[in-house]
Amino acid sequence: MAERLEVLKTYKIYIGGQFPRTESGRYYVAKNKKGQALANVCLSSRKDVRDAVGSARNAVGGWSGRAAFNRSQILYRIAEMLEGRRAQFIDELVKQDSSPKDAENEINLSIDRLIYYAGWCDKYQQVFSAVNPVASSHFNFSVPEPTGVVAIVAPQNFSLLGLVSVIAPVIAGGNTCVVLASEEKPLCSVTFAEVINSSDIPGGVINILTGKPSELVKYFADHMDINTVVYCENDAATKKLIQEKASLNVKRVFFYDTINWKTDEGQSPYFIADTQEIKTTWHPIETVGSAKAGY
Amino acid sequence: MAKAIKNNTLKLKFDTLKYAPAPESKSSAKIDAQYDLFINGKFEKPLSKKYFDTINPATEEKLANVADANAADVDKAVKAARNAYNNVWSKMPAKERGKYIYRIARMIQERAREFSVIETLDGGKPIRESRDIDIPLAANHFFYYAGWADKLEYAFPNKQPRSLGVAGQIIPWNFPLLMAAWKIAPALATGNTIVLKPAETTPLTALKLAEIIQESDLPPGVVNIITGAGATGAAIVNHPDINKIAFTGSTEVGKIIQRAVAGTNKKTTLELGGKAANIIFEDAAIDQAVEGIINGIYFNQGHVCCAGSRLFVQEPVYKIVMQKLKDRIATLIVGDPMDKNTDVGAINSKQQLETIHKYINIGKKEGLEIFESSCVLPRKGFFCKPTLFTNVAQSSRIAQEEIFGPVLAIQTFRTDDEVIEKANNTPFGLSAGVWTDKGSKVFNLTSKLRAGVIWANTYNKFDPTSPFGGYKESGFGREGGLHGLGAYLKL
Repeated sequence: MAERLEVLKTYKIYIGGQFPRTESGRYYVAKNKKGQALANVCLSSRKDVRDAVGSARNAVGGWSGRAAFNRSQILYRIAEMLEGRRAQFIDELVKQDSSPKDAENEINLSIDRLIYYAGWCDKYQQVFSAVNPVASSHFNFSVPEPTGVVAIVAPQNFSLLGLVSVIAPVIAGGNTCVVLASEEKPLCSVTFAEVINSSDIPGGVINILTGKPSELVKYFADHMDINTVVYCENDAATKKLIQEKASLNVKRVFFYDTINWKTDEGQSPYFIADTQEIKTTWHPIETVGSAKAGY
Repeated sequence: MAKAIKNNTLKLKFDTLKYAPAPESKSSAKIDAQYDLFINGKFEKPLSKKYFDTINPATEEKLANVADANAADVDKAVKAARNAYNNVWSKMPAKERGKYIYRIARMIQERAREFSVIETLDGGKPIRESRDIDIPLAANHFFYYAGWADKLEYAFPNKQPRSLGVAGQIIPWNFPLLMAAWKIAPALATGNTIVLKPAETTPLTALKLAEIIQESDLPPGVVNIITGAGATGAAIVNHPDINKIAFTGSTEVGKIIQRAVAGTNKKTTLELGGKAANIIFEDAAIDQAVEGIINGIYFNQGHVCCAGSRLFVQEPVYKIVMQKLKDRIATLIVGDPMDKNTDVGAINSKQQLETIHKYINIGKKEGLEIFESSCVLPRKGFFCKPTLFTNVAQSSRIAQEEIFGPVLAIQTFRTDDEVIEKANNTPFGLSAGVWTDKGSKVFNLTSKLRAGVIWANTYNKFDPTSPFGGYKESGFGREGGLHGLGAYLKL
């Protein structure tokens, strides 16, 4: 009896809630440490970056306009979907040279981290806002608001946990994002896009590209419709390049290059605060009459 | 010369125009014939060996037998809670604690329809309200507080918040499941274990919640739900091994509890009665304000501690407001709570109906002018027509005392100062409403009114993220939001 032939998955990129191939038609081969080929992966181009930014920008209004509670439910839903596919992720992580134990730990941490940020969706505002006791007769308050489109170069070493750790705080805060996945370990990133796609996240809120940071980082840094760049590697020349090009449209730049994503250091509401603006509103308080709140 | 009043309210002619019945099916409600006490993760027969009936106030039909916990049962529940606190719950990592609470939230969402139907059958509130308000808000409350479990140090900077221990919680009959959620969710998130007593007229949804807690695999003893009346509540309040008492109910009982815990180390939260001022200024959007008045006093048959039971209308718009208000009252559908068209359902109990009638008679004897809906009440069950009194004085008992029914006391005012003085002239301070087109006036009023929740151009809004609680004799402590955590923590 003939053995059944396994069907192999095509690893594609994720833009605007769709799974296209790169428009460039290019690919690279993801390999494990022994040099065995794991898959042909899209080598995304500048045009793919542009398409992804366009989708992300279109999604900002809808996503930031959702009730915080609704965003919380949706992040929780991603965690539910991820829990259901843990075996697939463990399999891919092991293919990408994790030990089975490390792989299991990474998927557990990734699920719990999504729950952690699901909780923050309707709480960080309470921690970071203020009612300001101005001296004049005004009601004055400051609240955080999402900065807009965030471009993220994900950590290279943890293909799932790193990706989750940088995406979750950005979308919890109502931003949308374009993420360049780990170049060496891209498999989980594409599979994670499939999880997102089945968890009520509107198309365009999260866009995931695969490819080479060395080629694409400069397009992240000089695209005029990106508000913030997050870079997770420690390459001095790249950092300087990002900082310089960011000045074109005054992008906010954050380097998460020394974070140990496996520990609690890798999760905090301050990651949410990084991609927030603070808006202050003044409103007069009428002071006619003499009644006092004296009772 | 007085301006002629134009009234463009569309009046529905109920003589000729009738809504067809739209009853919700009872089939989704699984109610057992008898419920025992939920102690240490199991339903156990009461040591008291006694049971009482819970009935449907809209039909006076019996729904189930419910256990009547005595002091020995309370002690058993407290021991289970203490044991769970010492051995499991206080040692569990905070994020795992949170995940249990998320599970409970999800399970309530999954069974929302069943809970809505039982809430309406047992308490008499319109199915529309239990379906759209009580049950979703209860689930959301669990969902919100689940997230706080591993984030407490961000809520209280420079502190290491610690749980208290065993919390005794006593809740009222007006929002049975919602009040259980308001009590249980923050207590669990902050790491406490619980003995909760629902009200004797509305125990069923709390007992269904016990089933969910069982299914969620929450460790036994973390939440114990025991049923009974005042004596059971007193046994919880007086139990020496309880660290926290959270009570929602009347100011009268709240005062007894405050006295009873004196000299103990029990931390206390009291959410008590109210007599909220709902203030309509002449520049308000009148149609919206009239809806706000209706929602303020007739929502949930007026069984709402923050009900807008004192209406203050600025003199220039008094006539038009009254006309529109009376027209609107005529369109309120009073009757079968299970009908999806019903606006005002059944009064929760015979006893409460008697209390309301007592106050209506007091109002009449005081010489106030009464107006009531012309609706026809069902022959069976406990119902009360939406009622209002005009020509009310500050000193009138119906303007001073909480009625907890669909009875509105209406006064007028001329100036901002006058209405602030009148609104604050009450021992209560739970909530207030302000209706005006002028933002600066809103903030003047919100800074002068002595009440814990102020609604501006809206009324009776609730959200898990928003703290709720009173000033003065309306109680102390807050439930909801970041501030609701503090009630269950040593800081």
